[in-house]
Amino acid sequence: MHNTLLNLYAEHEADLARESGDAVASKRRTAIDRFEALGFPTKKWESWKYTSLKSTLATEYTTVPPFASASQHALEFKDLESYFLDELDAYRVVFVNGVYSSWLSSTTHQGLDVCTLGSSWRKSPDWLAENFAALDELDEPLVLLNRALAREGALVHVPKNTAADKPIQIFYFTTADEPLFSQVRNIVVVESGARVEIIERHQALNGKAHWTNAVTEIRVAPNAHLRYTKLQNDVSTATLTDATFVHQAADSTAVVNTFSCGGKLTRNDLRFHLAGSNAEAHLHGLTLIHGDEHVDHRTYVDHAVPHCTSHEVYKGVYDGRSHGVFNGQIMVRPQAQKTLAYQQNDNLLLNDRAQIDTKPQLEIFADDVKCSHGCTVGQLDADALFYLRARGIPETEARALLMLAFANDALAQVELPALERKLHALIHKKLRVSVS
Amino acid sequence: MLSIQNLQAGLADGTSILKGINLEVKPGEVHAIMGPNGSGKSTLSSVVAGREEYEVTGGDVLLDGESLLDCSPEERAHKGIFLSFQYPVEIPGVSVSNFIKTALNSHRAARGEGPLEAALLLKKMREKLELLEMDKSFLSRSLNEGFSGGEKKRNEIFQMAMLEPRLAILDETDSGLDIDALRIVAQGVNALKSPTNAVVVITHYQRLLEYIVPDFVHVLLHGKIVKSGTKDLALELEERGYDWIKKENAGK
Repeated sequence: MHNTLLNLYAEHEADLARESGDAVASKRRTAIDRFEALGFPTKKWESWKYTSLKSTLATEYTTVPPFASASQHALEFKDLESYFLDELDAYRVVFVNGVYSSWLSSTTHQGLDVCTLGSSWRKSPDWLAENFAALDELDEPLVLLNRALAREGALVHVPKNTAADKPIQIFYFTTADEPLFSQVRNIVVVESGARVEIIERHQALNGKAHWTNAVTEIRVAPNAHLRYTKLQNDVSTATLTDATFVHQAADSTAVVNTFSCGGKLTRNDLRFHLAGSNAEAHLHGLTLIHGDEHVDHRTYVDHAVPHCTSHEVYKGVYDGRSHGVFNGQIMVRPQAQKTLAYQQNDNLLLNDRAQIDTKPQLEIFADDVKCSHGCTVGQLDADALFYLRARGIPETEARALLMLAFANDALAQVELPALERKLHALIHKKLRVSVS
Repeated sequence: MLSIQNLQAGLADGTSILKGINLEVKPGEVHAIMGPNGSGKSTLSSVVAGREEYEVTGGDVLLDGESLLDCSPEERAHKGIFLSFQYPVEIPGVSVSNFIKTALNSHRAARGEGPLEAALLLKKMREKLELLEMDKSFLSRSLNEGFSGGEKKRNEIFQMAMLEPRLAILDETDSGLDIDALRIVAQGVNALKSPTNAVVVITHYQRLLEYIVPDFVHVLLHGKIVKSGTKDLALELEERGYDWIKKENAGK
């Protein structure tokens, strides 16, 4: 696999360089060299201690080449409708098997840019040279691999003082007959005083062991507002490795909600860099998995300047033999006085075979800050369960109701009614609840 | 209606708490069970309601001649047993109205009936709220979360009013209530009394019994009912405490 990817890069290096210009080409070159040296991560690495890529790497993949032509697929809008948010008037950027589908998309250049990376290399080379691989500072093989090979994905640029008139949905569908390995990258820039809401989803439409390796770079300028929801509910054979980088300037707000409800292996690296004072970051996560599913959340919030706030709540409900990992790090640098940082990770294990490894970490180098963190691992509260049953609510329903109550917090930062309805329905389905 | 026969129960570790309780409750009656701390009052109510942490080691609990001991807590509720909790559990994220709706419709499903129509449900909830002098904003609050002591107990009686049980056990419903809240709660309980249902009031103090007047008063001591009488017994206990009963029983 490692060699196949190095060869794929070598084969396309010249074309990639021609398209993206020298600055990006040199970033790609450095990345592939580093990837070559590092190889894929193993459980011996501290950052991959609880997550093994072994079974994912054992699959024989067809790799999507950087200049893949539109694949032949017979997808119609109606086939995909159930994945879109009902009644929600939104821009859509849709990719099928790693290739943009203009047929299924609804993009714009009016007032704001909602389009693709692939079509922008030629049109806006300078803008991309500035924004591609500008924030993805992580010395991790999968991020490096993506930097070297990705040239397609969604591009969102909201100009100064503009509120996006509609939310944006980004979809990656996979339909290939053979397991497909794709590299995709989203770039989002919210200029000062602007506002946007984005929903991202990766979805395999068959039971093949597809693997998507995604990177998203988000720059939130002064006084800009971003709300980003990741809906991960893939089939139980699919792997998603995702790294998302959020850079916040002064007075900005950024919310990232991550709902991880399915997939064989999901790895989310979510990194916030609070670079301007009075920035506010919200990280909300909800994991609801069963069977042999595995979800690994690794978050990092870097308080680099004074007067910033971060609020992080991750919750998980684990059934079957599922395995959850939470590794949340908050860094408060010496100059970041008056930081407010809150982090909480709560987990419910529904049986003895489910597993959670949780590691909250606070590193504080400033002395005038207010930080707290905590984590809990447990079963449903026996008193609460008896209380509900004594009122006549059957045990299965009582359990579901308590899990629902537990999971509800994660919806606190979801504001779009259509999205909230969808997530409610998803949570109900995952917890097998029929109460309204 | 309810017949508790030589009931013995304790914890899973073998600790024995109830050591042979006998109690007969007929329709239309109000019974009070009094006793000092640790006498087994709350254990008795938990065992009747079906709490699985307690192990029944002997005797039986019958409702209309049928044993309840093999029934789950929800089945007992469906048969008409209601326990008003001493410490109602806070459940963030579940609204009072959603909770009541789920509970009520579970009762209906057990009787083979479909869910209650939304408009009728709302009407019924409004009526019962009024009875307990509660604001309708109550319905949208998270169940017991951030409720004052009085609000929690009123909420218990509100649920009782909605579910219309045959036998209600009020476990220390008066604890933590000021006199106004006590009056409202008692008013609610009295309004729900009928010739076909019955109430068992478990309490420490005689105070509540001025408002909910019992037909019978029983004294529970060391896991046994050691004395039964009329409401005058409650007054005597208030005046003299429990020591004289303890002494009376010391020889036995």
